[in-house]
Parts: sequence; C-alpha cells; structure tokens
Amino acid sequence: MSHAIGTTGTSYLDAPHGLASWLLTKDHKRIAMLYLISITIFFAVGAMFAATIRAELATPQGDLLDSDMYNKIFTLHGVVMIFFFLIPSIPAVLGNFLLPIMCGTKDLAFPRINLLSWYIFIAGAIITLAAVFNGGVDTGWTFYTPYSSIASESSVTVAALGVFVTGFSSILTGLNFIVTVHRMRAPGLTWFRLPLFVWAIYATSLVMILGTPVVAITVLLVAAERALHLGFFDPTRGGDPVLFQHLFWFYSHPAVYIMILPAMGVMSELVAAVSRKQVFGYSFVAFSSLAIAVLGFLVWGHHLFVSSQSIYAGLVFSIITMLVAVPSAVKTFNWTATMYKGSVTWESPTYWVVGFMGLFTIGGLTGLFLATMGLDIHLTDTYFVVAHFHYIMVGGAIMGYLGGMHFWWPKMTGRLYSEAGAKASAILVFVGFNLTFFPQFLLGYMGMPRRYHAYPPEWQVLNVLSSAGASVLAIGYLLPAFYLTYSLIKGAKAPANPWGAKGLEWTIPSPPPTFNFEDDVVVDEPAYNYKPAREVHVG
Amino acid sequence: MEQQLEASTLGMWVFLVTEVMFFGGMFMVYILYRVLYPEAWVMGSNHLNVTLGALNTGVLICSSLTMALAVRSAQIGSRSGQVVNLILTIVLGSVFLIVKYFEYAEKFEHHLVPGPHFDMSLPEAPHQQLFFSIYFMLTGVHAAHMVVGIGLMLVILTMAMRGRFSSSYYTPVEVSGLYWHFVDIVWIFLFPLLYLLGAHLGAH
Repeated sequence: MSHAIGTTGTSYLDAPHGLASWLLTKDHKRIAMLYLISITIFFAVGAMFAATIRAELATPQGDLLDSDMYNKIFTLHGVVMIFFFLIPSIPAVLGNFLLPIMCGTKDLAFPRINLLSWYIFIAGAIITLAAVFNGGVDTGWTFYTPYSSIASESSVTVAALGVFVTGFSSILTGLNFIVTVHRMRAPGLTWFRLPLFVWAIYATSLVMILGTPVVAITVLLVAAERALHLGFFDPTRGGDPVLFQHLFWFYSHPAVYIMILPAMGVMSELVAAVSRKQVFGYSFVAFSSLAIAVLGFLVWGHHLFVSSQSIYAGLVFSIITMLVAVPSAVKTFNWTATMYKGSVTWESPTYWVVGFMGLFTIGGLTGLFLATMGLDIHLTDTYFVVAHFHYIMVGGAIMGYLGGMHFWWPKMTGRLYSEAGAKASAILVFVGFNLTFFPQFLLGYMGMPRRYHAYPPEWQVLNVLSSAGASVLAIGYLLPAFYLTYSLIKGAKAPANPWGAKGLEWTIPSPPPTFNFEDDVVVDEPAYNYKPAREVHVG
Repeated sequence: MEQQLEASTLGMWVFLVTEVMFFGGMFMVYILYRVLYPEAWVMGSNHLNVTLGALNTGVLICSSLTMALAVRSAQIGSRSGQVVNLILTIVLGSVFLIVKYFEYAEKFEHHLVPGPHFDMSLPEAPHQQLFFSIYFMLTGVHAAHMVVGIGLMLVILTMAMRGRFSSSYYTPVEVSGLYWHFVDIVWIFLFPLLYLLGAHLGAH
C-alpha cells in the first residue's frame, strides 16, 4: 500500500470530548461505537430472557412462569435478539467502523444519514420497550396472524410499530454502504481488490434494502388490521392468514442472511490473517456472497411446508433451499483450503475461526434436514428447528461477531486485551454452546415442541443438560465484558498492526485519526497480498 | 461536487428501490385477492368516484411537470423559476390531498369503511370489505407519501428562496424531484387498478 505507517494525528477517540460531541458526531467510527454500546445492552437484555427460558425448562412442570408469562418472555427474547442485536450487530458496528477505511475513504457517503439511522434504531427500541412495559407481547417474534391480528390482547400494535421504525435504520445503513462501495472507493481499489468483508457487507446491504421494506409493509398491515379493522389476514372479512406468512418470510428468511453473511465476511478476513495467506479462490468467495443474497429471496416457502401450500410449490422451495448449501459450502471449503499449509498461529482470533467453522457446519448441515419436505413435516415446530437456527444465528453470527470484535478491538480502541482471557472465552462459548443446543436436536427429533413451558418428565435429562450448557455459555459471554473493559483502562497500547495482517485498516494508527487517512489513498495491489509473511507482535 | 451529486442521486435511486418493494407488498396483496374474488373487485371498483380519481390523476401529472420545470430552472440558475414552480408543485400536491379528503368522507357516509360499521347489505360483503381495506391502505400510504413530499418541497422552497442553488449545485432539487415523480408514478398505477377496473369489466 502506498500509505505510510505511523503518521500521527489526534485519534477519533481523543478528538473533541464531551457527550454532545458523541451524540452529534458524523464520524462513522464514533457512530459504530454508539451502536456497539447500544447493541451490547440489547444483547444482555435478550440473554436474560434466554436465561429465564432455560431456567423454566430445567424442570418438566411450569413452576417458574405461567404459560402467558412464558409466551411473553420467549417473544421478547426473539424480538430483542433478532431485530435489536443480530441484524444490526456486524453491519452496524464492524461495518460502520471498517467499511469506509477498507474502501480508503474518509467517511461513508452520507454521514448525517448514518447518525440518523442510529437515532431511528434507538427510537424503534424505545417503542418496542414501551410494548414490554405495556404488558408485553405474546405472539412470538413472527407475529403470526390471525392470532396477532385478532386474538392476542397484548401490545402487538406497539411492538409492530417498533419493528417498523427499526427497519428504517436498517434500510438507511444498507443504502449508505451501497453508495459508499459504488462511489467512494479509493483510486486503484477495483471491485476485485476489495476485502471480502466489504463484499459480504455489500451483499448484506442488498438484502437489507430489498427485504426490509417488505417486512415493514407486513407489520404495518397487521397494525392497520388491529387498529383500523381492515381485514387483510382475517378470514371473517375474506382475508387469508397464510398470506401473512408468505409476506413475512419473504423478508425474514433473507434476514437470516443479513445475520450470517457479515459473519462470513469477518471469517474471510480472519482466516486470511491467521493463516497469512491469500484467501483461496477469492472471486468464488466474493460471488458466493452475492449468490447467497439472491438465493435467500427464493426460499421463503420452506417455512410453509405445513401450511396450505401446494406440494409442487413445496418441492420447488425444497430444491432451491438445498441450493443455498452450495455457496455456503464453497465458502467453508475455501476457508479450509486457505488454512491448509498456511502459517496458522494460535492467537485468539484463530480460536473464534475454528469455533465458527465447527458450529456453522453443523448448523448448515441440519438445515438440509429441514429443507427436505418429508422430514420437515416431522420436525416442524420442534426443538430441532430451535437448535438448527441457534447453530446458524448464535453459533454462526455471534461467533463471527465476537471473532471480529477480538480481531479489530486493538484497532478500534488502541488497546491490547488479555490473550489468555480471549482464548478461555472462545473455548467456553464453543463448549457451552454445544452443550446447550446439541441436546435440543435430540429433543426435537423425539418430538418436543417449541414454545411450550412444560414437557413430559422423560425429556428432563436432555433439558437439564441444555440449561447447564446455557450457564457455561453465559460465563463465556461475560468473560469478554471483563477483560475487554479492563483493556480499556490498563491494556497495553496496540501497535498499528498487531496481527501482522494485510488491509488498509492496518496501515493507519490504532485508534485511527478522525479522517482515517492523512493523505489520499492509492491502492496498487490485490487484497491479502501476504508475501512475505510479517511477524506477529502479540505478547 | 461531481461525486456528491452522483452519490446523492444513487442514494435516492436505491431508496426508491426500497419504496418499490414497500408498495410491492401491497400490490401483491391486491393481485392475490383480485384473482380470488374478481366479482367483489368489480363491484368495489364501481363504488369509487372515477371523476374525482381522474381529476386527481390530472392534478398529479401537472405537478410532475411543474416539478420537472423546477429542476430545469435550478439547472439554468433561474431563482424565480424555481420558486414559482415549487410553489405550484406544493399547491397541486395540496389540491390532491383535499380531493382525497372529500373522497374519503364520501366513503364514510356510505358505510364503505371496513370495520364494525361496514354496510353488510352489499353483495359479497366480506370480500368487498377486503377490497376497501386494500383501497384505504394503498391510497392512505400513498397520501402519507404525498404529505412527506409536500414537506420536502417546503424545505427545498425555503432553500431556493435563500438562493442556495445555482447551475453548479442543485443536487437537493434534483434528488427530491426523483422522489416526487416516484410518488406520482405510484398513483398512475393505483388509479386504473382501483378505479377503472369496474368500468372496464362493465359488470352491473
């Protein structure tokens, strides 16, 4: 890269001080930090709901919560985790922080819209919280009609409006990323020199702008049905509840890829850095992101195998769903091929990489079980489904998020954290995760339905294992909160490039100055040009 | 500057893509139920006021013209041209909403609003109710977009009056013009789909 290492300038953290300078900032790095703080809080809230669910399920009787309360708790767990943690996590924190730097520009295309999207996000969260204090929501995060539109007496309308508002934040973020990648790249930074993380975020943004408006109109229709007595999904007025499911899953299945694609992008960066090798089959990995984004829109019908959908439609959706496995496998094999004969060192990001690949593979393969129509009819609405999507969304998306946070933490904060702590956390999360969710595959296969707060006693052993695993997982998640916070106070100062990695973000000081680059950037080499390998500076 | 104009224009186009998807969801609901209940659709369409709908179509097409002229005036640097055309656009947009108000009032009078007061003596009443649900949702969301558009034009008008635009910088005028044209185009689809369906099929 043409840019010199070690140019000084006030870092974005030190620049102007004070609360107002943060709340009115237009700096993409500060906005990323605002998102980091807010989604960490939402993650903690969602995790507490999860802990309550696992505590309830430790015994076969419903002795901790009554069924109504249980419905509200699992709904809030779903709503908070999906709309306020998983969907924004990597794009809004790591994407906001890194995308402009990786594109060699001083900021995103629309800095003010970027700040606006954070405020919209917070507004949406406050509206949703209002629903919680207004008695909660008991429909499940999917808001299925006609229960949500006619029968439920909980605050569905308010929660739906909260989700609607939050959607705007997603749309604006996606829009900003797309325009930045198209129009703001540094001279010489061609499409095929972009880091794979940028490709993944770009593909995610496409899903965001095409999918989010559809869920927006869907929840608006539900709200209108409740508030104004319009009858789109109400059979007594000629409507059809299954139509809701079509509209809802047209967004919400692609939304899974909003969660997992950025994590795959993070993995591509981490795999290259820890193996100190060019990513094997760069263009295949790049295009597989786009392939997943496109295929993601064609598979929503696999959520409707047991609805009134025709068997032929089911067959088509089943086949297209299996096709998603192809680009996913392309990525997984290419990461493995990159690590093969690479100079892999066991630093903390490596632990997250290996953990991610293990969990994502199990999650992906069990997805094929569910894509098979005949098997799905047995497994629908059982814990098998719960285990499968947690393997993808927690095992994939959260492992990717935590891996990325550990990899870029020195860049974002300018501090090094405890390597031992990070390795312990990665191992605890991996072990705790498998202990929590693997028994749920077995439970689901035996027929334990989801969304029930009591179950026959013969399933208790597996449920206790699962609840015990959740406690291990909780420790694994809490650990980073301690050593990362500690690193902010007492951590050693991070060098510009602690991992010896390639990429524009490692050519500027840690933490970066407000305008990222002192001079204009010109790129004259492909991504991940690891020759010769650099030394590692982590103690 | 060049890069800014390109970025803003691309940004608005991407935003309009999201709007297409947003209205697309409702059009999909429309298409599905129209295929299922064709008679109810024809009858529902016959209850709409084609004259007022046609009047509004004309009003909106004129407003698109004045909007295009406002952008043109900005490009050639004519401040008075911008101000006059933006005011005309705002007036025409408001006329549209006033006509819409009278249309809605008529529906309330005749008990054609879905809900407990819906006139159940109509043939195929439940499905007609569905037609009116879609009518109110589509035109209501469209009207909300008009309100946003008029607000946007008021901001642009103030900026134009302060002389903020010149032949070398007129990005906000051009970009908000794109939005205005989009909202017009949605109406161009809504008018035949909702109002002309009954007249065309000629039933009853």
